[in-house]
Amino acid sequence: MPEAAFDMAAPAPPMTADAPALLSARGLCFDAGGKRLVDGIDIDIRPGRRTVVMGANGAGKSLLLRLLHGLIRPTAGEVLWQGRPLDRDGRLGQAMVFQRPVLLRRSVLANLRFALAVRGLPGPERRAREAEAMERSRLGDLANRPARVLSGGEQQRLAVVRALACRPRVLFLDEPTASLDPGSTHAIERLVADAHESGVAIVLVTHDTGQARRLGDDLVFLHGGRVVEAGHAANLLDAPRSEAARAWLQGRLYLESPSPEA
Amino acid sequence: MDGFWQVLGEAAGLILAWDSDLIEIVGLSLRVTLTAVAISCVIGLPLGAAVGAFRFPGRTAAIVVLNSLMGLPPVVVGLMAYLMLSAAGPLGPLQLLYTPAAMIIAQTILVTPLIAALSRQVVEDCYREYAEQFDSLGVGPLDRAAALLWDARYSLLTVALAGFGRAVAEVGAVIIVGGNINHVTRVMTTTIALETSKGNLELALALGVVLLALAVAVNGAVMALRASAVRMAYA
Repeated sequence: MPEAAFDMAAPAPPMTADAPALLSARGLCFDAGGKRLVDGIDIDIRPGRRTVVMGANGAGKSLLLRLLHGLIRPTAGEVLWQGRPLDRDGRLGQAMVFQRPVLLRRSVLANLRFALAVRGLPGPERRAREAEAMERSRLGDLANRPARVLSGGEQQRLAVVRALACRPRVLFLDEPTASLDPGSTHAIERLVADAHESGVAIVLVTHDTGQARRLGDDLVFLHGGRVVEAGHAANLLDAPRSEAARAWLQGRLYLESPSPEA
Repeated sequence: MDGFWQVLGEAAGLILAWDSDLIEIVGLSLRVTLTAVAISCVIGLPLGAAVGAFRFPGRTAAIVVLNSLMGLPPVVVGLMAYLMLSAAGPLGPLQLLYTPAAMIIAQTILVTPLIAALSRQVVEDCYREYAEQFDSLGVGPLDRAAALLWDARYSLLTVALAGFGRAVAEVGAVIIVGGNINHVTRVMTTTIALETSKGNLELALALGVVLLALAVAVNGAVMALRASAVRMAYA
């Protein structure tokens, strides 16, 4: 198994860098159609940290997120949630926002209610969280509108507050603003920043280096299903050490197969 | 051709005069078919949702069986129901043969596979979109099935209307178990068959017109539902 072992917090950033990992992956591999798409990834997500995952299309970013969230099973390796193998209960401590928001064919409020009701929250607690989420999303006027007629930005805002209403300890976001205008992107980023301030760990896949700087503490750069570089987001973006990251940040196409050593 | 127009005129007269025989026959048809479709929905919708949303051994075989049963010939269904309900059959003691209840049972057998098979497809399409989000939210199996049935409600209403169309128009099943007894088990399709063979074309044609009008009304309802579902992005 190739060694791409990186401790996310290697350059020892401040804050909770020394806290035990909330979520760890060890030797994570994923194969599909006879191809290895994720190849031996080790990663630690620490409480309250913001980790940005970058890389070219097909680098394995979305797959990594799905593996960490337990939506797909790794071919090899394991995902540990608070030191134990990730299971359904562990996943309830996480939430995910997809690139295209998946909203139910119901009203805005009913979408929130569904997410909270399936967790078995008692009525008063559920209503309090609904109200809080409606306020946070600033979608209050649209509470009874069918969710799927909202604009793209509003839909994604609803998806983010729905995820946060579940009070996750880790929030995964898979290119949440890829098709949004700057105003909508700003609204999403503010929600993510607020969540981070309240202690939620963030794992964000993005193509936008500006967003990576605004929202990232740590950055993981993937190429060919492997981590080719990891470190402090700003440092990595300013002075990438790996050829793959350098090429990508300069807008060049990098076609060489990844080297085991970054 | 004069004969045709004359018959058509007399048929229209029967409808406009609100002929009591006609009303009774149409009423029984609707009662039998609506009840059968309601029972079929209670059985077929959850069955379709379960097959559409869950993975289990034998699932492909279940889909093949459901899809095949969709095309059950009504006379075969009538024969099976007759064997079950006849004096020597397992349900013989209930003495339901030649009653509206027997017709409801036959039509339920006819329509349930149709509703299950079509709703399986509808639910599966919806689930393809929701599956990852449901996994992410930790939605349990029962909540999944219920949510899918609710979210596909507009498409499933169309499915129910398709079931109604099949049941109200069939003649083979109800004529075998109902017996086409005057004032007891005589419905639109069986009356048309009987009266045509007797040469009593006015009543037959009047009922034919009512059946066609029902078909148009059902299709109109489907279109209206579709339009409102699309407007709310629920389709």
